[in-house]
Amino acid sequence: MTAAVRLDRVSCVFGSAGREVRAVDGVDLRIEAGEFFTLLGPSGSGKTTCLRLIGGFQLPTDGRIWIGGQDMSHTPPYARPVNTVFQDYALFPHMNIRDNVAYGLMVRKIDRVTRHRKADELLELVELSGVAERRPGQLSGGQRQRVALARALINQPQVLLLDEPLGALDLKLREQMQAELKALQRRLGITFLFITHDQHEALSMSDRIGVFNRGKLEQVGTPQEVYNAPATRFVAHFVGAANVLDGDIAWQLTGRRSATVRPERIRLGKSEGARASGLVQEIQYFGAFTRLRVQVQALQLQVDLQSQEGALAPDAGSTVHLHWDDGAVTELAPEPAG
Amino acid sequence: MNATVLPVRSAGGWQRRLSNLMYTRRGILLLALLAPPLLWFGVVYLGSLFALLAHAFFGLDDFTGQIRYEFTLRNFVDLLEPANVDVAVRSVTMATLVTLSCTVLAFPLAYYMARYCSGPQKAFFYVAVMLPLWSSYLVRLYAWKMLLAKEGAISWLAQALHLQWLLELILSTPAIGGPSLSFSTLGTFIVFVYMWLPFMVLPIQAALERIPPSYLEASSDLGGRPGMTFRRIVLPLALPGIAAGSIFTFSLTLGDYIIPQVIGDSTMYIGQVVYKQQGVAGNLPFAAAFALVPIVVIGVYLWLARRLGAFDAL
Repeated sequence: MTAAVRLDRVSCVFGSAGREVRAVDGVDLRIEAGEFFTLLGPSGSGKTTCLRLIGGFQLPTDGRIWIGGQDMSHTPPYARPVNTVFQDYALFPHMNIRDNVAYGLMVRKIDRVTRHRKADELLELVELSGVAERRPGQLSGGQRQRVALARALINQPQVLLLDEPLGALDLKLREQMQAELKALQRRLGITFLFITHDQHEALSMSDRIGVFNRGKLEQVGTPQEVYNAPATRFVAHFVGAANVLDGDIAWQLTGRRSATVRPERIRLGKSEGARASGLVQEIQYFGAFTRLRVQVQALQLQVDLQSQEGALAPDAGSTVHLHWDDGAVTELAPEPAG
Repeated sequence: MNATVLPVRSAGGWQRRLSNLMYTRRGILLLALLAPPLLWFGVVYLGSLFALLAHAFFGLDDFTGQIRYEFTLRNFVDLLEPANVDVAVRSVTMATLVTLSCTVLAFPLAYYMARYCSGPQKAFFYVAVMLPLWSSYLVRLYAWKMLLAKEGAISWLAQALHLQWLLELILSTPAIGGPSLSFSTLGTFIVFVYMWLPFMVLPIQAALERIPPSYLEASSDLGGRPGMTFRRIVLPLALPGIAAGSIFTFSLTLGDYIIPQVIGDSTMYIGQVVYKQQGVAGNLPFAAAFALVPIVVIGVYLWLARRLGAFDAL
């Protein structure tokens, strides 16, 4: 089966010689048809450039981009079977909502009646039937987001590119839209390529995640793989909280040169059989859990305790004994020297 | 702890009371700021304009040449004389052509400035566009007179390139030609376009600058080829800028009386007629009536522009 999108050693370099920035650096990637794929990374990691390369707004310096089995490395955006939901939505302010949604059909010279009917169908799909006559400026952020989604879907793209579409929404609305987007993707069966810097969003929505750092893909895998078995220390740090252990103390505590243990995999217990003991330095209460910072020799370990009825967190300054299972430890490549 | 409490300035002193008053009653501050410009605009500008227009309804005593302050519509009847209609039509035609040419010339330049320039390059273009405005209008006008004259730079260039036949052909064209470029309607037109071009470039550039690049990307993403994107996105969003620029070029051309006097055949434009009537002829009422023509024309133009949706994207 052909991949929906395939990147073949794609690089994108900005700037001239001397001050070059390799925004995307030799990326190989395969996104299967019907997948909800997320590119996760901090700002400036190259994930947005990667999306713009697939959308055609940026041309690769090197490498090939295949969309639906066709080489589209240098095809202009208007000839690519992908559509984009922009970060700022980019709704046209001089057109009403219906004309915005119908734009993709209008430029293809579809007659007015047909395109208005299709636009109304899509507005119904995103539950915005009542606002067809309004201008973008009269809608709320959440409504604009849905319009942008409807507009990007009207040409029935093979791949939908979403560039941090939920970034501007408040938390409640964002969680609601996450669920709706996921449901919509299942229903339509379109490949979604989603860009975000929010690890919770990536973990909760995606079939697979690609973690970006400094223009390179550090790891590609299911949310479970990425979280439970981070391939690099960057992934361990960026996706969720992590205790990263190096050197003598790593050897002493885990029997490995470098390793990582998630805070929620550490339990408190008796002194017998404890992997480590230390003083509680700091306590942070998060509602669902309480995070302790425990000083073990020169290292500070984070320990997350689930909030349970009647369970009391230890006081700061008290000594605690830490336990974890062998399976909680993930080995990492040793820290490069220097 | 060595806590030094700053003493609260004791209430008192007229400055303090004044500033308190202005803080609690924002309207007073606003009034103080707006009164001078409003007085200037209301009394000096609008007042003189209305005084002038009121004169349009008075007449001239045929014997004494003094203004008779009696209501009459005779000036407007006189306006309909063929010679006067001719002047008005010629002026409006010229203003329209100048505006169209300025738009066509200014748009690519403004587009380049707004979309592709940054830093020093942008500064260069700003200066290049505005530099002519730093020198006197008359200096530039007489410079053009020298360029366009029979022995001027342009005819010298035509000679050097063996293109004199082309120049002669253009000059022999009725309606736009003449004995030399500086004595032709074409010459008047060229200088008008040159003079008012910056007033078209800057508003269009400002309008284009306000279009986020993502709009163009979105259009392209949805299947819009460059031409379609230009027609459906760029042009409608730039229209308020074009309208603003065209108000400048149109009204400046309609009102000018110096350019057609220095460069051109001796046909008259509205500005010259107004100037001659109120000056040499001493017929202020008729000059006032004629001055109404550009005001009405521009009013109609703005109304049309609004009807056509030029300001929808504002």
